[in-house]
Amino acid sequence: MIGQIIQYISSYLTSDKTPGAAGNMFWVLVYIMLVFAGLSVAVIAMNWLERKILAHMQVRLGPMRVGPHGLLQPIADAIKLLLKEDIMPAEADGFVFWMAPLIVVLAAFTTFVVVPFGPTHAITDMNIGILFMLGVSSLSVLGIVMAGWASNSHYPLMGALRSSAQMVSYEIAMGLAVVSAVLMTSLNASGTGTLSMIGIVQAQQAQGMWFIFKFFPLGLIAFFIFAVAMVAETNRAPFDLAEAESELTAGFHTEYSGFRWSLFFLAEYSAMIAVSSIAVTLWLGGWLRPFPNLLNGPTWERAFSYIPGITFLFLAAMCFYNTIRMPKHPLFRVQTIGLAGFGIVLGLIGLVLFVPAVSARVQDIFWFSTKVAGFMYVYIWFRGTFPRYRFDQLMQMGWKVLLPMGLGVLILTATAGLWPLIQQTIWHP
Amino acid sequence: MLIGGILVITRRNPVHSALALIVTLLAQASIYLMLYAPFVAGVQIILYAGGIMVLFLFVIMLVSIERSMKERQFNSQWVVGTIAATALGGLFIAVYAKGKNIFPTHALSTVENNNTQRVATMLYGQYMFAFEIASLLLLVAIIGAVVMAKKRI
Repeated sequence: MIGQIIQYISSYLTSDKTPGAAGNMFWVLVYIMLVFAGLSVAVIAMNWLERKILAHMQVRLGPMRVGPHGLLQPIADAIKLLLKEDIMPAEADGFVFWMAPLIVVLAAFTTFVVVPFGPTHAITDMNIGILFMLGVSSLSVLGIVMAGWASNSHYPLMGALRSSAQMVSYEIAMGLAVVSAVLMTSLNASGTGTLSMIGIVQAQQAQGMWFIFKFFPLGLIAFFIFAVAMVAETNRAPFDLAEAESELTAGFHTEYSGFRWSLFFLAEYSAMIAVSSIAVTLWLGGWLRPFPNLLNGPTWERAFSYIPGITFLFLAAMCFYNTIRMPKHPLFRVQTIGLAGFGIVLGLIGLVLFVPAVSARVQDIFWFSTKVAGFMYVYIWFRGTFPRYRFDQLMQMGWKVLLPMGLGVLILTATAGLWPLIQQTIWHP
Repeated sequence: MLIGGILVITRRNPVHSALALIVTLLAQASIYLMLYAPFVAGVQIILYAGGIMVLFLFVIMLVSIERSMKERQFNSQWVVGTIAATALGGLFIAVYAKGKNIFPTHALSTVENNNTQRVATMLYGQYMFAFEIASLLLLVAIIGAVVMAKKRI
């Protein structure tokens, strides 16, 4: 019995498919747990980084008190939110009020079922992968509308109307940009396109080119459209007028408090990570390392496989450097030790990543996460630098600029892809 | 799906009805999935549940609920409604009783892998004409909506 179970578990290790495709329930569960945990950690880290980076952009220090350099601040915040009283407005529609955050969180997390962290590191691979991601993330609009309506209050209703109008209109431009990238998978290489997330990255691998550089500048324009639409989709600055503090308090989640509010928070950040991973998958080569066709050969493979370890060692070195810089006052002793411990953990991870077997297995996850992290930084950067749009400007941008651009790019991409065929039929009938 | 459908017509609160309709549409998407049509299921979720129903909810939410709750909910078309429902029910029973030869006896195999490509070749190959007519109809509807919304053209 136990032997059978162990055999069932270890049988997956030799396969080169995703656990969902291999149909191995145990590893599917493990991957779901890993993705869920990783996502929660990423959201916590994102919370801290956002406050720190924004603060430094505005020449402030940001959180400094809880833990060294405020490292434990998100955990303190989470505990505070869990302990807070959960208030429901007296006139609110109970069931809908209760359902709304659940739907938003569910929609945000379900999209990660198809996110490809590597050729084998995804929960499963659907043949409608990208369609699934867009569809499920479009369901989160429902949660927002429900939250705004059920609160039975003016600010949330206005916030929900704004944010859902914005999301519905930018979804179109987003979809057009995605379609033009999907078109690129079918051109030149094999003749049949694919909607599967893993298939899209493999198409980029086969064509030896990230789609952002394909049919220059068409891929770049499509990527730009997607990048703008993605910020608008997630209701982030500069398109965050659904939660414009000066006008609407906090938008659709004004009446939510405590744990329910933290669910909205979690959903917002995981939706940001989800759309960033769509962008990375479609245009930035997913799990592929940079310069795959320029710097190839075993030497460069080796050099690039060291980068994950070096990155972690660099982070550890930064930790140690700041440990030395900590104030020498006895009150800071615990914090200094904690920071040194954190540095040691990072350094150990870095050292483990130098083992060839490990680095070959997790390198793709590293590249994927690094690209997504770059997008996260850009999100924070936008928030720190751009002023907020006005609502009519936002709608004008969506419908009169991005939508025609998206249509144009789509048509031009199709033409560029069929160009060899057109040439053949016109000049050599 | 049945529960959702019944809730749509029995809830007095229009927003609850709309939410029940969303549940129905999602259940319909899962039926498409069971029929090995993942592309149609995905499009169903994006278009109906994600797009059209949100616009529905928009309109309903802006209507004052207190007033619409007090209004008489049932209109006077129940005779036509009953006849239509009876006819549909009769059709279902007839199909169930006699129609064993109408449907294919076994599930189609291996369609799931290239379902999207199949849909595309069908739409742009065999049913090209019908598809183009439908899109022309939609274009006419869009232009009509713009004409009605604009006071001065």
